[in-house]
Amino acid sequence: MGHHEHSLAIFRGRLKFKSIEQKIWGVFIFLSIITIVEVIFGIIKPESLMVPFMSSFEGGFMATMANIFLSPFIFMKPLNLIFIVLTIVKAYYITWDFMHMRDETKALRRMVVWTAIFLICYLVLILLVEGDYIFEVYKNNYVKFDF
Amino acid sequence: METTVATTASQGGVWGGGNQPLRASYGKMMMWFFIVSDALTFSGFLAAYGFSRFKFVDAWPIADEVFTHFPFLHGVPAPMFYVAFMTFILIFSSVTMVLAVDAGHKMKQSKVAMYMFLTIIGGAIFVGSQAWEWATFIKGEYGAVETKGGKILQFLDTEGNRVAIGSFAESMHSTAAEHEPSNGIWFMSGNDQTSYNFEEVKAGFLANDNLLIRTQYLDENGHPTVLSREASIAKIKKDGKLVVEGANLKRNEYGHPLFADFFFFITGFHGFHVFSGVLINIIIFFNVVIGTYERRKSYEMVEKVGLYWHFVDLVWVFVFTFFYLV
Repeated sequence: MGHHEHSLAIFRGRLKFKSIEQKIWGVFIFLSIITIVEVIFGIIKPESLMVPFMSSFEGGFMATMANIFLSPFIFMKPLNLIFIVLTIVKAYYITWDFMHMRDETKALRRMVVWTAIFLICYLVLILLVEGDYIFEVYKNNYVKFDF
Repeated sequence: METTVATTASQGGVWGGGNQPLRASYGKMMMWFFIVSDALTFSGFLAAYGFSRFKFVDAWPIADEVFTHFPFLHGVPAPMFYVAFMTFILIFSSVTMVLAVDAGHKMKQSKVAMYMFLTIIGGAIFVGSQAWEWATFIKGEYGAVETKGGKILQFLDTEGNRVAIGSFAESMHSTAAEHEPSNGIWFMSGNDQTSYNFEEVKAGFLANDNLLIRTQYLDENGHPTVLSREASIAKIKKDGKLVVEGANLKRNEYGHPLFADFFFFITGFHGFHVFSGVLINIIIFFNVVIGTYERRKSYEMVEKVGLYWHFVDLVWVFVFTFFYLV
């Protein structure tokens, strides 16, 4: 089997390193910067990022479709959206460079990543929709629970 | 490409074994498959957390107000700092791990041993930090009153600062004592004794005009609702039931009990992964030191345990976001 070739570039080849050690430290610095940004945002919580970018569309079928497709911008605080995107970026570099996914075959990579991502997205979608539905039931129906 | 060319001659080659289309060893592939299944377990937990949070979205504790402690900084609110520190420790131990894997590829025994050792230290610091985080969370800080419906009422002064129940409760020389196994033939279970009982806190609250009650329900700005003095008095008289100090699986002074349950469950399961990772790392470390992999002429075991260790880091990245940031 021998050793695989190690890819020494990140950011789609825009940043090349001379050796594996250098690439590891480079990725570490990048992950640290992201974490520091997250912590700073988490502490100051800028007011402008606390209200969603858009309000939901009213009307017929097309409005419903638009609400679904644009849901991250309609129903989510921009700050939380930023946190989630940064988390996925961090997860990508941990998997690709620390776990050497970059150097595995395409088939192994897809087997692991696509399976997990599909199942996790499905699970999260189902549970969050259900949780929101129960919230609406508690709020709008004649169930006394604040006593 | 050679394996995808299907000629009659190559059939025996394809089905006769010996092909490695993924070009990964059995052990590494199985580690990847374990990681996928474990990732799904953790996603199940985090998605369940999201479910419960969406269900009680207008009454969920704000993590910034719960995790405000830092060792040796008593009374100084430092939200996020401690967990950021823990995150850095874990990312850094991932770096030393991947450096160990790289040194293994180059067959540098002493370097692998050194980096493995640093990884173990990082893991131990992380587990210790988590223990401290748990202890602080379980102990609680201000205390609160639970209503008959299981909702949490916290106390504020008129400036909006939190007030600990111990600072205003009136001591009434209560004769209530914890029910202990030695006091009865049939010991079922007794209620936990808090340092002040509900009547004492109520009397102290009614006697201090500058105290207000904060409910766990969030107003339109996302802050917990603060009641007026009259509404506070009415609320504690009508609904108050018992005193809560700290958090456990049933009660939680910070807000909804499910928050504490998920906190214990998810960070506990993750901490258990870190703990077993440290144990496995120690075993591999000693194997490196006694030269097992040197004789095997392959440090692939370090690579496999490295995959597990990075996975633990990966999970923490998500726990950090969904428990502390979002």
